[in-house]
Amino acid sequence: MKGLFKKLVGFTALSSLLVLSACGGTGEQAGSDSEGGNGEVVKADVGVVSFITGSGAAYGEAITGGLKLAQEEINAKGEVEINLIFEDSAGKQDQALTAAQKLINSDNVTAIIGPTLSTEMNVVGPEADLSGVPIIGTSTTAEGIPQIGDYVFRNSIPEALAIPASMEKAVEKYDAKKVALMYGNDDVFTKSGFDTMKKTAEEMGLEILTIETFQKGQSDYNAQLTKIKNYNPDLILASALYNEGAVIMDQARKMGIDVPFVGGNGFNSPEVIKIAGDSSNGLIVATPWYGEKDDPKVQEFVKKFEDEHGKTPDQFAAQAYDALYILANALKNAGEADRDKVRAALAETKDFEGILGNFSFDEEGDVLMDPTVLVIEDGAFKVFE
Amino acid sequence: MLIEQLINGLTLGSIYAIVALGFTLVFGVLGIINMAHGEIFMFGAFIGVMITSTLNAPLWVAFAGAIIITAIMGYMLERFALRPLRHKQGVSHLAPLISTIGVSILLENLSHHLFGAGNHPFRASFAEISFQIGSITVYLVQIVIFVISIVLMITLSFWLGKTKAGKALRATAENLETASLLGVDTKRTITMTVIIASAMGGIAGILVGMAFNSVTPQMGLSMGLKGLAIIILGGMGSVRGAMAGGLILGLAETFIVVYGDSGYRDAIAFLAIIIILLIRPQGLFGQKIST
Repeated sequence: MKGLFKKLVGFTALSSLLVLSACGGTGEQAGSDSEGGNGEVVKADVGVVSFITGSGAAYGEAITGGLKLAQEEINAKGEVEINLIFEDSAGKQDQALTAAQKLINSDNVTAIIGPTLSTEMNVVGPEADLSGVPIIGTSTTAEGIPQIGDYVFRNSIPEALAIPASMEKAVEKYDAKKVALMYGNDDVFTKSGFDTMKKTAEEMGLEILTIETFQKGQSDYNAQLTKIKNYNPDLILASALYNEGAVIMDQARKMGIDVPFVGGNGFNSPEVIKIAGDSSNGLIVATPWYGEKDDPKVQEFVKKFEDEHGKTPDQFAAQAYDALYILANALKNAGEADRDKVRAALAETKDFEGILGNFSFDEEGDVLMDPTVLVIEDGAFKVFE
Repeated sequence: MLIEQLINGLTLGSIYAIVALGFTLVFGVLGIINMAHGEIFMFGAFIGVMITSTLNAPLWVAFAGAIIITAIMGYMLERFALRPLRHKQGVSHLAPLISTIGVSILLENLSHHLFGAGNHPFRASFAEISFQIGSITVYLVQIVIFVISIVLMITLSFWLGKTKAGKALRATAENLETASLLGVDTKRTITMTVIIASAMGGIAGILVGMAFNSVTPQMGLSMGLKGLAIIILGGMGSVRGAMAGGLILGLAETFIVVYGDSGYRDAIAFLAIIIILLIRPQGLFGQKIST
């Protein structure tokens, strides 16, 4: 009896909250709609679901930082006026869904940017698609995200695009024919990176000499590396996170393996240089974001971000920054803050010049762009030619 | 290639053996499995990293520092996690096991906090010394690890078998009450044992850091589980068993990679345990327990 009473009280409290927040939302929305149709400045509310608190708070910080910077610049130009409404997902699926529902139903946003994790997007994406709200993922790299529905987009390069790009360039430069593969078999991310590597290697007609595995936190890779050394590969494809990857490179170089390594996005971190030192030379990775590019737009963004946050922007900040510009562009083309018109305009995005590079959406809402391929030389990341 | 892999296997096996020696010592005397041993080993490795790369001190200082600090940790472990549970009415015999698991979680998180989650390289010029025999590169560290493990095993066997302190320790292991009636300071003996075992963990930590150039807060757990597997394989409480079990496991893990699939590398340890337990439940060097 007591339990039932508690539940009842809880339910009443919850529903009254819902009603309250719904009221607040309609008021705001009325304001943005009436001016949106005037054909002057397009005003729009954009919801952001991000990993702001918890273990991945660093992602949220980078993403919101990039978005706010873009918002200031866009609003200053005066063509589009964007009002960002931030919601925290704490990296949890249920919280991300609640946050998205609030944005869609009570805040009546025109579009959503986020959530941070692919697992979150898998629950938020269908909800947004069902409600007809365009949603852009800026950091969701798992397979199948844009395929969720017509309203789901992303501007983060999936592994399936980044890895072949780096492999092609490396194979071309070193005229590689025989490769050895290594991957962490207890991690979904490195496993899927390995699948892409293997598929690409087969498509390119490379001879796969051996496939070796390792586990997270392993410290001794000598047995696998001695075996690989004996096969004498031209290239080593390693799908590893940077912690394990750096140690692998260190032990390989010590053993006398001096061929280049090609890694996935998890391997792409300045930490590799910190851990492995000189042994990290010769690591080739593809990245959507390269902060030292000789482009005034890129340099301006890096400078502004550094002034505000005291650290160099990472790919998450850059991808979020570009995403808001892409959305602003679509809003301008749509002419008003209408969800369906914005979706149509987004889908037509083509050859957009952002800080990541030349960007287009394909017919599914997935990324069409060439990632930058980098190599570690003399202890620093450089563009791989 | 075969000889190179043999060296790899012996290096890994020697490290396993040193870790297992610490386990077997504590089990032999106290009859408990010290789940915090892996984390003390990890702390030894981190102290080695801190002393050599942050303070730029020579290697012997790192060894001394790691031994002293892990010995202190061993004392604290015994004083605060084990002793309060001994000879208490109504305390389950599993309580010390749980309490060492608690210590291991505490230590792992503490090292996350102190040193960060990432991988720390071990930069010691000693680890770079190598020489060439034919086409094979042998690192001095690999030889040192092997020698240290053999020396530790012989010293321990001698100490346990021939010295008065060792005899007191064995008497304590056999029967705590009788030993204390016969004038053995059992409290001191137990404390000494835990301290020595922990210091050996510290030594193993530095050796791993040098050999593989990788130190992370998570390394304690997997090493701890391997150590546990080895003492079951070799026989609980047996010094020779720990040594033989360590070498067998190290070689087996290496050769499964050479001739089989590296994905089964970790499975081999536990497969070996199942087989050994079926054929020889007391382990390779263990004594049958008669009740």
